[in-house]
Amino acid sequence: MLSKTVTELASALDRKETSAVELTQAFLDRIQQLNPSINAYITVTAEQALAQAAKADAIRADGKAGPLTGIPIAHKDIFCTTDVLTTCGSKMLHNFISPYTAAVVEKLEAAGAVMLGKTNMDEFAMGSSNETSHYGAVRNPWDSERVPGGSSGGSAAAVAADLCAMATGTDTGGSIRQPASFCGITGLKPTYGRVSRFGMIAFASSLDQAGPLTKSAEDAALMMNAIAGTDVRDSTSLDLPAEDFTAKLGDSLQGLKVGLPVQHFSKDLNPAVSNLLQDAIKVLESLGATVKEVDLPNNHLSVPSYYVIAPAEASANLSRYDGVRYGYRCEDPVNLEDLYKRSRGEGFGDEVKRRIMVGTYALSAGYYDAYYKKAQKIRRLIKEDFDKAFEDVDVILGPTSPHTAFKIGEKNSDPVTMYLEDIYTIAVNLAGLPGMSLPIGQINNLPIGMQLIGPSLGEARLLNVAHQYQLNTDWHQQRPEV
Amino acid sequence: MTWETVIGLEVHVQLSTQSKLFSGSATKFGAEPNTQANIYDLALPGTLPVMNKEVLRMAVSFGLAIDAEIGKRSVFDRKNYFYPDLPKGYQVSQLDFPTVGKGSLTIEMEDGTEKVIGVTRAHIEEDAGKSLHEDFQGMTGIDLNRAGTPLLEIVSEPDLRSAKEAVAYLKKLHSIILYLGISDGNMAQGSMRCDANVSVRKKGETEFGTRAEIKNINSFRFVEKAINHEVERQIDLIEDGGRVVQETRLYDSELNETRSMRSKEVANDYRYFPEPDLLPVVIDDAFIAAVKATMPELPNAKRARFVSEHGLSDYDAGVLTADRAMAEYFETVVSTCGDAKLAANWVSVDLLGLLNKADKSIAESPVSPEQLGTLIARIKDNTISGKIAKTVFEAMAEGEGDVDQIIEQKGLKQVTDTGALESLVDEVITANPDQVEQFRSGKEQVFGYLVGQAMKLSKGKANPGQVNKLLREKLNNG
Amino acid sequence: MALDKSDVEKIAHLARLEINQADTDEVTQRISNILAMIDQMQSIDTDSVEPMAHPFDAIQRLREDEVTETNQRDRLQRISPATEQGLFLVPKVIE
Repeated sequence: MLSKTVTELASALDRKETSAVELTQAFLDRIQQLNPSINAYITVTAEQALAQAAKADAIRADGKAGPLTGIPIAHKDIFCTTDVLTTCGSKMLHNFISPYTAAVVEKLEAAGAVMLGKTNMDEFAMGSSNETSHYGAVRNPWDSERVPGGSSGGSAAAVAADLCAMATGTDTGGSIRQPASFCGITGLKPTYGRVSRFGMIAFASSLDQAGPLTKSAEDAALMMNAIAGTDVRDSTSLDLPAEDFTAKLGDSLQGLKVGLPVQHFSKDLNPAVSNLLQDAIKVLESLGATVKEVDLPNNHLSVPSYYVIAPAEASANLSRYDGVRYGYRCEDPVNLEDLYKRSRGEGFGDEVKRRIMVGTYALSAGYYDAYYKKAQKIRRLIKEDFDKAFEDVDVILGPTSPHTAFKIGEKNSDPVTMYLEDIYTIAVNLAGLPGMSLPIGQINNLPIGMQLIGPSLGEARLLNVAHQYQLNTDWHQQRPEV
Repeated sequence: MTWETVIGLEVHVQLSTQSKLFSGSATKFGAEPNTQANIYDLALPGTLPVMNKEVLRMAVSFGLAIDAEIGKRSVFDRKNYFYPDLPKGYQVSQLDFPTVGKGSLTIEMEDGTEKVIGVTRAHIEEDAGKSLHEDFQGMTGIDLNRAGTPLLEIVSEPDLRSAKEAVAYLKKLHSIILYLGISDGNMAQGSMRCDANVSVRKKGETEFGTRAEIKNINSFRFVEKAINHEVERQIDLIEDGGRVVQETRLYDSELNETRSMRSKEVANDYRYFPEPDLLPVVIDDAFIAAVKATMPELPNAKRARFVSEHGLSDYDAGVLTADRAMAEYFETVVSTCGDAKLAANWVSVDLLGLLNKADKSIAESPVSPEQLGTLIARIKDNTISGKIAKTVFEAMAEGEGDVDQIIEQKGLKQVTDTGALESLVDEVITANPDQVEQFRSGKEQVFGYLVGQAMKLSKGKANPGQVNKLLREKLNNG
Repeated sequence: MALDKSDVEKIAHLARLEINQADTDEVTQRISNILAMIDQMQSIDTDSVEPMAHPFDAIQRLREDEVTETNQRDRLQRISPATEQGLFLVPKVIE
């Protein structure tokens, strides 16, 4: 039961094979059993979940159930949840009981989803392995010596290990897609501005987006229907009419033009990954798609420019953590300077401090033009590359991650090594485009995904391609033995 | 060696909106600490700014009032620094693309000359909270009610050449913002704050000298004193062989001196960058036209109209339009009594005198414009004399009632009955034979005395004009 | 771009972060590596390119000037580390 997709669970609930309360209890039991070893959850909200489940059952009894009513969900601990601890993976917020709720959580609650708890993540979303969390690393359910990816590692692991039916994540440079790839699940980063950032703890404001982590593309489409939409509380949330992301799922792929970036399919691409990608391409071709090469000439500049823009915005976004109004405060500060420096020095982990410093430097007097402004110019070039490519193709396909999940501790000697994990995903955030990852196979029993990138507001098409692929393959149905 | 003073003023005006710039919190002055600070104002994680429409309208109206370029595409930036009254650790402000660009305003000096002072720009930004340094066991208390209130920072060109010009500029600015109704411009309460950039140079030099920034000036009077003091300090320093240091200095009004703010000496690197949580603010000509339509008549236009429509002198018009409330008061008086000249005198002399003495503003005037208008009407219709009117005015100010009530109660009606006045004049002539004799033999000056006697006899109630006429007739014909 | 210890100390001060003396070398090294990677940006000429702050061309929404918030001091200060008489407390600030 617990490995069913959302669609399957909704049917089961409708057919009264189970109830929301039973289902929730089953997940809670599994969490209790497995979370100590996987560490996917930081906070489990058992009582609340059961109360929400009971409500969902009542709504279903009234005949008013929607596609997500009674479905248990896990929320990345980056989303503020009223009266529930929200840590953002950091010691800085170890005691932050939020007085308000994020838009994404509100909307999913309104859709009837049942919150099981808050998932582990890289501290302040800065990381690609979930190793920077103050609450300990998360173990990849496929291999406990390996990372689940990051920063939404807890959410991805929870979905993969059937510790929830679906989960929310956020993606600033690949933090939904890469863990989806490492954990063998489906993840979608929507177009920037699609989903409200209200209540989503900010890392890099012009890059952050919330999105679904699920067992199937269809499930992701259902979650998108719940979370997408204009929110006046977020000034960067686009003015868009409501869209049904499931409407095009069944469309044929006949005539679909798929672009393969020369830069992604270079000689540097891992051969095993390349083979799996070729298999996936064949599946799409068999469904009527054609492929052609596309050129993203500035792709190699995406990681450097990202590591200016994201840290710069983060350095300002994290200035509010000062031990004054909430969060961690050092003991016995002797003066104001001491309060700030020690609260922040002790409250933040090393990676966060590094990025704050890089960001501070990039914005500082004399360096702004050479760093921040330059990065914003490159950003425009990267977007233009994509715009040009999408004149010729409907979707772009390539690897999500350079390899399968690496071992815990393997990439910690040099931050730059870790940064290169996001070499395929980062450009998508810089350009603000929608991107997905879905599983396409295994290498040495470890899953890996492919990335689909769409033009702005092209989520429905991506979901369609992914869904059709999933109708014709079963990689997304593989579950790890935990 | 003659020295020239160069002054530029940076004025922060708190805009009088209902809610804050980026949050829906209230902005009322004097509320209990932190009762007007919501999750955004406290910079809780995950909170975002949403812009207040009225702030934009107010800023644009100011721009129009000073004939400035209006920034059709303005951008907010983050100004980063750490201070406890700045909860986000950055202030949202505007750096390169402010809402209001270059403009100017005209100041009137005491000698009647006019000078145009350039305004470099005016931009929108958030106000910070307040630090209370009263002892909380050696701690400072932070109140964030004010954090996030909208400010308009108005920067003048360094066109001012004396402390008096600076005060004139400030007063003009004050008058404009009150006219527009965008702020209550209260320097004592902090809704208008002035920082002065002061430097000196030898007359004839084209390069500016090093400037010092003077802060903590909270009245027009202190602006003049602080600037004068600073100018002297700089001149003394240079003449003694020293050099002026570019620094921030705090004005101490009790000691009348400026002190270097050593703690702020460490150069602040604000690391400005465009605010990613906000989008560019774009306004079109239709918006600007709509704002224009909401604007009241401004001081210069009103002054010109008072001259042309009410026939006032430029000087009188100037006095009456310095303050929008006074100008409106004046026009209500005129519409009640129909006599602009009399109204002008009564408002600018009698009413102003009364208000100054009682330290009251026009809004707090104990005499309403309708009452004053009625009073003037009673002078015009000869019910009372101008002199008696002053008594009535004082009585009204004391709250003794309306014009007609007081006239009735105190029996102040002017005597205009010719018969009564004739007997009055006859009595005076009879009672003062010597003076009558003197007048008839050519001493014109004595006439005034005789008129005075008549007025005294009537207890001031005789119509002076008629007394004058009758007395002259009788003296000449007698 | 390689930084030295004093650069790192200046940056840490600007960002109000305490870095242990013992760690300064490592931090300096790691940040220098990151900056070296970032310097790849300089390989391309961008003089004629406009910076892009947002990936789309939208404009700021405006809201009505209405008070929509109520006094929530007690609730919001429940999670504060140090308050007194409704004020947030910090070590005394000398001006």
